[in-house]
Amino acid sequence: MSTLSERGPDRKLSYMLAIREALQQEMRRDRMVVLLGEDVARHGGGFGVSAELWEEFGDRQVRNTPISENTVAGLALGASMTGVRPVVEFMFMDFSALAMDQICNEAAKVHYMYGGQANAPLVFRCPQGGRSQKSAGAQHSQSLEAWYVHIPGLKVVYPATPYDAKGLLIAAIRDPNPVVFIEHKALYGVEGPVPEDEYTVPLGKAEIKREGKHVTVVAAGHDVQLALAAADQLAGEQIELEVIDPRTLRPLDEECLFASVRKTHRAVLVQEACRTGGTAAEWGMRILETCFDWLDAPIERVCGADVPTPYADSLASKVWPQPADVVAAVRKVLYG
Amino acid sequence: MSASAEESCMHLDREQLRLMLRQMYEIRAFEEAAGKLYKRGMLKGGVHACIGQEAIPVGVSLHLRLDDYITSTHRGHGHHIAKGADVKRLMAELMGKETGYCKGRGGSMHVAAFDVGSLGAFPIVAAGVPSALGAALSFQMRGTDQVVVAYFGDGALGQGTIYEAFNLAVVWKLPVVFVCENNRLAVSTSSLQTVALQDVSGFAASLGFVGVRVNGQDAIEVSSAAEGAVQRARSGDGPTLIYADTFRFEGHYFGEPEVYRKREDVVRLRQEQDPIAIFSSRLRREGLLDDAGELEMQEAARVAIESALEFAQQSPDPKPQDYGEYVYAE
Repeated sequence: MSTLSERGPDRKLSYMLAIREALQQEMRRDRMVVLLGEDVARHGGGFGVSAELWEEFGDRQVRNTPISENTVAGLALGASMTGVRPVVEFMFMDFSALAMDQICNEAAKVHYMYGGQANAPLVFRCPQGGRSQKSAGAQHSQSLEAWYVHIPGLKVVYPATPYDAKGLLIAAIRDPNPVVFIEHKALYGVEGPVPEDEYTVPLGKAEIKREGKHVTVVAAGHDVQLALAAADQLAGEQIELEVIDPRTLRPLDEECLFASVRKTHRAVLVQEACRTGGTAAEWGMRILETCFDWLDAPIERVCGADVPTPYADSLASKVWPQPADVVAAVRKVLYG
Repeated sequence: MSASAEESCMHLDREQLRLMLRQMYEIRAFEEAAGKLYKRGMLKGGVHACIGQEAIPVGVSLHLRLDDYITSTHRGHGHHIAKGADVKRLMAELMGKETGYCKGRGGSMHVAAFDVGSLGAFPIVAAGVPSALGAALSFQMRGTDQVVVAYFGDGALGQGTIYEAFNLAVVWKLPVVFVCENNRLAVSTSSLQTVALQDVSGFAASLGFVGVRVNGQDAIEVSSAAEGAVQRARSGDGPTLIYADTFRFEGHYFGEPEVYRKREDVVRLRQEQDPIAIFSSRLRREGLLDDAGELEMQEAARVAIESALEFAQQSPDPKPQDYGEYVYAE
């Protein structure tokens, strides 16, 4: 198990600890950064992300709130417009539905509808998806990024690695706009290299997680794991996947997608969320609008099934995409 | 007139009393001018006048400083003018002009005036109240003695976020003054059909804060309650709920058919419950105002609004190609 006290060039942290370290370093740097949420103090938040932060920062910067998602989101907005840098933790992203008025109707729009008078520098941390591929049922396991990707004025960030999680969260806290910061629960225990010093990963910049020349696979968050697993498997057959991680879902670094598709001429899009109205549809349409002449095969989507998330793992494993589904989609775009 | 209001009136000096009357005239003139613009087809998108309710923001703002904040509502022109907003930029915003407070991106319902401490109009009912809590948290964290006023109407009492906000403001002892403008109508629906709250002080006391019910047509009574509430918030003693019973003389918005009330009832309301007439006759009784003084004040308000209209009408529209500005802050 990694700890925040590890040092050196080979330092590794879990995704969860990388997020905690970002919070800790930002709260030390700026005493107006405040974490708000249900049970974020001594309890450490719903999944333990903020454990030990209350001990260091106290009630001033780590505040338990009542179970009032909409009011807390609105409070964060008012605080952000008057000099505070709030980070709101929703215990589960599913619960952010209770705060959608404040996130989508208010926070997303104040800068625009007030003609630039106000900034709303705040972050909504949203744990989504199934934990370790275990379903917690229909209201505790959804992937809901598309709800927020639809709203102008919001930025939507979805890190896939511990490195990106730390750098993107620091960037999100420093950004002058409202940022929906999505954490996939199945990634919390995943370890990876994380420098101890503060650093930012720029919002709105995709990353090529693996280079390849035969098929572009676009995936974010936990779906990057599926794409990389498929890439490992197919490498044995001399099929090279290029895995593109948008990292920020809005605004989308579409040039990175386009450049890859122009190289590979084929695209597979992966999304744990249910198919209809999802981000993969948006990626696919943008590729079609811009790169149609470069495509040698129809684009394939690998998506969650259009059903509420079931509880039993036997059912959930059929609902959520698996690496084998990515492999099958790659074969389809290669061989029809 | 309650004893405390009587006493408070003596506390207010002549200048304060004259300021209140002048502001009420200015708000009235602003709303009447907006009504005329609406009738001429020059306003759109729902314009909600506060004619009949002017005493409330005037009585409240008298006790606010420039660096105090308010959150307002869809019926918010009066809140803004009483807080010191520039009527030129406010009128220009109603007309969707580049010179408006929000450069024409907001309009009447989404106006804000950060230069005088308005965090915005928040036309989604009750949605501004949480932002007021946030400003209050900011004051606490920065260690200032600023306060914030959250205006809302009786219609907002149907929204859960109001009760969440009362709860949180008490638990965190936030420097907020909640001001409910109870005009007894949510669009067409009588509050008798929708609002259970009766005993304001008992309700607030059960949550551990102070609630007072006042006659919102009486600027002195509002001012007296606001003075205490602002003082409590400023000195760290937490929130207050001021529940001001009032009447709106116009429809929900300009042009609204008002099928829910009789025309003669509104005429009677205007005769008997006009907050400006009530206040001015009070000042006359106390020898603080005469015909000449009142005429002068009316004329000043008329001139200010005339020049606001002229400014707004002569201002340019935003350039069409600029629709993409201000999506993100840099």
